[in-house]
Amino acid sequence: MKRTRNSLPFRKAAAVLTAALLATGMAACGNSDTGGGSAGGDDKLVLGFSQVGAESGWRTANTTSIKESAAEAGVELKFDDAQQKQENQIKAIRNFIQQKVDVIAFSPVVESGWDTVLKEAKDAKIPVILTDRAVDSADKSLYKTFLGSDFKKEGRLAGEWLVEQKKSASGPVNIVELQGTTGSAPANDRKEGFAAAIAANPNLKIVASQSGDFTRAGGKQVMEQFLKANPKIDVLFAHNDDMGLGALEAITAAGKVPGKDITIITIDAVKDGMQALADGKFNFIAECSPLLGPQLMELAKKVHKGEEVPARIETEETTFTQEQAKEALPNRKY
Amino acid sequence: MSTAQSRYRALTTHRLFWPVVVLVALVVANTVYRPGFLSVQVRDGHLYGSLIDILRLSAPLILVALGMTLVIATGGIDLSVGSLCAISGAVACLYISRQPDQNSMGGVLTALALGLAVALVLGAWNGVLVAVIGIQPIIATLILMVAGRGLAQLITEGQILTINSSPYKAIGVGHLLTLPLAIFIALAAALLIAAVTRRTALGLIVESVGGNARASRLAGIRSARITFLVYVISAACAAVAGFMMTANVSSADGNAAGLWVELDAILAVVIGGTSLAGGRFSLGGTILGALLIQTLTTTVYAMNISPQTSLLFKAVVVIAVCLIQAPGFRARFTRRRRVPAPAAAGADETRKEQVPA
Repeated sequence: MKRTRNSLPFRKAAAVLTAALLATGMAACGNSDTGGGSAGGDDKLVLGFSQVGAESGWRTANTTSIKESAAEAGVELKFDDAQQKQENQIKAIRNFIQQKVDVIAFSPVVESGWDTVLKEAKDAKIPVILTDRAVDSADKSLYKTFLGSDFKKEGRLAGEWLVEQKKSASGPVNIVELQGTTGSAPANDRKEGFAAAIAANPNLKIVASQSGDFTRAGGKQVMEQFLKANPKIDVLFAHNDDMGLGALEAITAAGKVPGKDITIITIDAVKDGMQALADGKFNFIAECSPLLGPQLMELAKKVHKGEEVPARIETEETTFTQEQAKEALPNRKY
Repeated sequence: MSTAQSRYRALTTHRLFWPVVVLVALVVANTVYRPGFLSVQVRDGHLYGSLIDILRLSAPLILVALGMTLVIATGGIDLSVGSLCAISGAVACLYISRQPDQNSMGGVLTALALGLAVALVLGAWNGVLVAVIGIQPIIATLILMVAGRGLAQLITEGQILTINSSPYKAIGVGHLLTLPLAIFIALAAALLIAAVTRRTALGLIVESVGGNARASRLAGIRSARITFLVYVISAACAAVAGFMMTANVSSADGNAAGLWVELDAILAVVIGGTSLAGGRFSLGGTILGALLIQTLTTTVYAMNISPQTSLLFKAVVVIAVCLIQAPGFRARFTRRRRVPAPAAAGADETRKEQVPA
């Protein structure tokens, strides 16, 4: 299964390469519109991209954005889905190196264990761009730049909103937290950012925190027990929309009104989450935009040409309240 | 030896004694941690409480584990059940999402039939690979375990497919006689499988195939046909479990639905006293094993054990269950404990032994 999937793009790559060699002479002035300004008559840039998987609506929107903007920017995209497994991702990156792509980009499944394969890419002189998730390599020269959301900031924005909402609260405010997959960068950073922000008000207290694995089923199952173990829950902070959506069902089943009895804050702003926010079931969402395709293509072209790029680039993001969600919802792409 | 003593012996050496003890211990630990754990209230005309949650959430695992029990009884293993859950759930949800009226009973029944049919075909595929072509079960079902996840994601187009269908939702969160409907479905499946295997010779035949497939064939049993059949049954169980999982959250998540459930199911079967080598099986034990695993998961959340340590906690409990269930380990343990008791000299020796250490 895997073998055929990998060998097909390989054969395609060989075919494209041959075609490109034959066509360079003629096509040099033909594709100036895709090169964009100073690029002039470049060969078609080949970008190898390894995606985490398709674990959520967010990820799917991310994949779509990358595929669409690659087509728009005239970048040949070799796309690989790692299905949540680091070994798949390492294999994909090795394949990209063998195929001699121009630039490699990937969203690491986990933070650690990348040094060897990144070293191989460096030795092959293929620049690497990290998207959406960081790696914890000590050697920063192994990758050119990290394009992605600042998860700590997302957690902080969520926490700051809560501090603002509850600044007049006299008694303790009990918060329960649904963490993402244990050990993943977004879970670690969102937790940290949120905790740091709510430290501003000693009344805000996290009374329970468990992993819901970023899934609806996980969020629901954990929230069911939170509701039974803690008679008074004022706020739910979920590390993504999907866990929040699962928790909604648990809250309703417990006879409480989500958005009123329990204030719900989530992160991501995928369509179902925005709908829940517009419907008044969620109270606040800090966006984690998956639409980083255009920024990625621009970066890929820059690093390919050897231009200097900042080591850390943030995706443009915002936050939504219920009113803002109602306005934004009709124009949402994902 | 008095009858009370021998009865006590019979009880403690029963193969399900220790899993029951651990299950009770978990419930007691939860109750000590939070006295309200056992409380069950009536809410909206049905029962509500942690124990009810355990029943509802263990239903899919019970189903998958029942199918797994039969497969393991033939000496095989089915790793593809998790993917089958995802596929059947995705097929059903996709069909419902395409209906103009998602609440129509006919539409939901067709969706269930479609999901089940796809699972049966895939189960037959597993069966053919193992029984006809003769591939090792662990490899044969591994194919579908990996490829099936991809298939499920193809069906949902990588999206989480949200549906709004109350008849379908009822499979996961509905109630019957104030109890979760899901547990009744699981019990019905258990009774059906028990009736078919234990009231007829089928169970015996399955065990004989597991004991020695070749000898069974020479004795006149169509071993290949039985082996094929258990994989189809396992797939059917997984399909219904998949309906429950997706109905529970009213959405089909090709990636997360039923993820790793095959491992939990194998564990449930082992805790229930079914031998991984095949040749004998216990349906009641499997149900008990599934309940134990779900109780363990719920305990982690209810007692708010930190996510970093929860896996270790689960592992320790599971190892403890497996060890005290093993007669060899238990015998060694009891012998050591009994040595000093009869004679004072024995106690002295023990003390002497301890000094140099």
